[in-house]
Amino acid sequence: MSDTLLLEIKNLKTSFRIGEEYYAAVDNISLDVRHNEVLALVGESGSGKSATAFSIMNLHNRAKIEGQILFNGRDIANLPPSKMNKLRGNEISMIFQDPLTALNPLMECGRQIEEVLILHKSNMSSKQRKAYGIDLLNQVGIPRPERIYDQFPHELSGGMRQRIIIAIAIANKPELLIADEPTTALDVTIQAQILDLIRELKNDLNSGVVLITHDLGVVAEMADRVAVMYAGQIVEIADVETLFIQPLHPYTRSLLSSVPNAEGTDDKLHVIQGIVPSLKHLPREGCRFKDRIPWMDDSVHEEHPELHEVSPGHFVRCTCYQHFHFPEQNEEEQAHGIT
Amino acid sequence: MALLRVEDLQIYFPIRGGILNRKIDDVRAVDGVSFEIEQGETYGLVGESGSGKTTTGKAVMGLNNITGGDIYFEDNHLNPGKGKKVDVRKDVQMIFQDPYSSLNPRKRVIDIIAEPIRNYEKLTKKQELRRVQELLEQVGLTPESIYKYPHEFSGGQRQRIGVARAIALKPKLIIADEPVSALDVSVQAQVLNFMQQIQKDLNLTFLFISHDLGVIRHMCDKIGIMYQGRFVEEGLRDEIFTDPQHIYTKRLVAAIPDIDPRRRQEHQQYREQVKEEYQNSFNDYFNEDGLAHSLKSITDTHRVALPERG
Repeated sequence: MSDTLLLEIKNLKTSFRIGEEYYAAVDNISLDVRHNEVLALVGESGSGKSATAFSIMNLHNRAKIEGQILFNGRDIANLPPSKMNKLRGNEISMIFQDPLTALNPLMECGRQIEEVLILHKSNMSSKQRKAYGIDLLNQVGIPRPERIYDQFPHELSGGMRQRIIIAIAIANKPELLIADEPTTALDVTIQAQILDLIRELKNDLNSGVVLITHDLGVVAEMADRVAVMYAGQIVEIADVETLFIQPLHPYTRSLLSSVPNAEGTDDKLHVIQGIVPSLKHLPREGCRFKDRIPWMDDSVHEEHPELHEVSPGHFVRCTCYQHFHFPEQNEEEQAHGIT
Repeated sequence: MALLRVEDLQIYFPIRGGILNRKIDDVRAVDGVSFEIEQGETYGLVGESGSGKTTTGKAVMGLNNITGGDIYFEDNHLNPGKGKKVDVRKDVQMIFQDPYSSLNPRKRVIDIIAEPIRNYEKLTKKQELRRVQELLEQVGLTPESIYKYPHEFSGGQRQRIGVARAIALKPKLIIADEPVSALDVSVQAQVLNFMQQIQKDLNLTFLFISHDLGVIRHMCDKIGIMYQGRFVEEGLRDEIFTDPQHIYTKRLVAAIPDIDPRRRQEHQQYREQVKEEYQNSFNDYFNEDGLAHSLKSITDTHRVALPERG
């Protein structure tokens, strides 16, 4: 693994306007991704993980983006469209979540693949493009690629469509691949295939991958490092083993214990109380997770929670992790009375 | 006596074509499926998209026409079109997949939950109000929420409104079609816990349809695995997960992501191995049309689609 940073995000803040004011959906996060590394961004919906990805790709419409996004040392935050277009789909590309809406329903799959080739590899002849496109379909494991090439998205199953999206994303051998919930819409066996495919690509192209998902099983299978996001902030970041074996932040621990695990017991699953606050009502001061662990005393939280490095590469926000415990029976009932 | 008995269920959809738009072929969505669900049990129906699991659930609900086979609910024959129709809709209710689209956004909670009650029972406004409030309490929502609209609730709360509607008529069987697929893990945990709770409280029987094997393993007593409209394996939870016999089941189980990153390599190798076995032995486990064989019992509870010996 080479140690040059492929992507370095410094104090990124992405805000959206609601009414007269801007609200930060991504609030001051810093991240880095190396070559041949999978960084997973985990969190519930509304935690800001997709907003982060869209900021990297510069796909937000009318959002205020502050901070730096360094791609190979060059700041690409707020790059003008003409320059961003050269990068997008070429050196950085994205696999979108929903294969049904990400593809153009009126265009044959083959032409949609050719689009990125026309944009970024103008020296190819149309014959070469088609041959290359079919080769791509082969790579992503599509049977009978010649036929699929001329078919429309609606003629294909969800798994096939997702592979077309992946084929488009890898057409120009990107250095950085952003995969936003790439397998959420898919069946388990296809999910396994798609994940294998992403892993192979990463190894072959030595690319970095940002994997956004809420599925912790997928994270455990794929990631080298994991950043857990809550309410626009990173609350914990660590390598994958540390995060799963010794999670520290209350949110990480709660998430892990709410997954029905392979032991398949009849035990009750842990439920995180309350809901993810909406953008407008995000608590901007103090520990943002405080309201969801109401049985913990206020004094355990920091006034201005920061990321603390507890061991090399393992960061945790706020001090509440030091005292955190899951609620006792009576505490749980009390808290439920409040909601 | 089983609460629900499905025997050799067949559901075909016609493919039309040609100049006269005549029927030229069938899609065999469900092709000879049999199973029984006992009172108080949770039965899991698993399969990939297109395997016919939802179609089977809908047929039990009476939402699909049945091509062949029989469905019995408490020994009443249910097939529409065969003799007199027995109305079981009161006893069989459904929880839908997406709590965002299965609740009418223009109706208040009280109207959503009271709708089934209005259809089957004649209650005064006051009685109805009390009933709805009781139901809301049962699903853990405050009684004041009755005059709110669905958009004022979170995903988990909405799904609970869906559950309140499903249990409004005190049904015996609830068909839950991917009830948590659209939800975040923590909300998913909330809904699953809650479903187990009401099952205990009301002695409910669940037909739980899902493609998420983790959830199925957590919830179900008995599991049927479907592939292309047929069962490939059926058994108790432990039989399916620790001792899968059919190669398709093995492959599904192997495809579940392992939550422990330390076992990643091992798990990948195992999956690779199963995949190879799947490709090599496909013809041993499926007939020449690529369909599963009929089920053979290997224990009292465990049935597997294996070819005839010899």
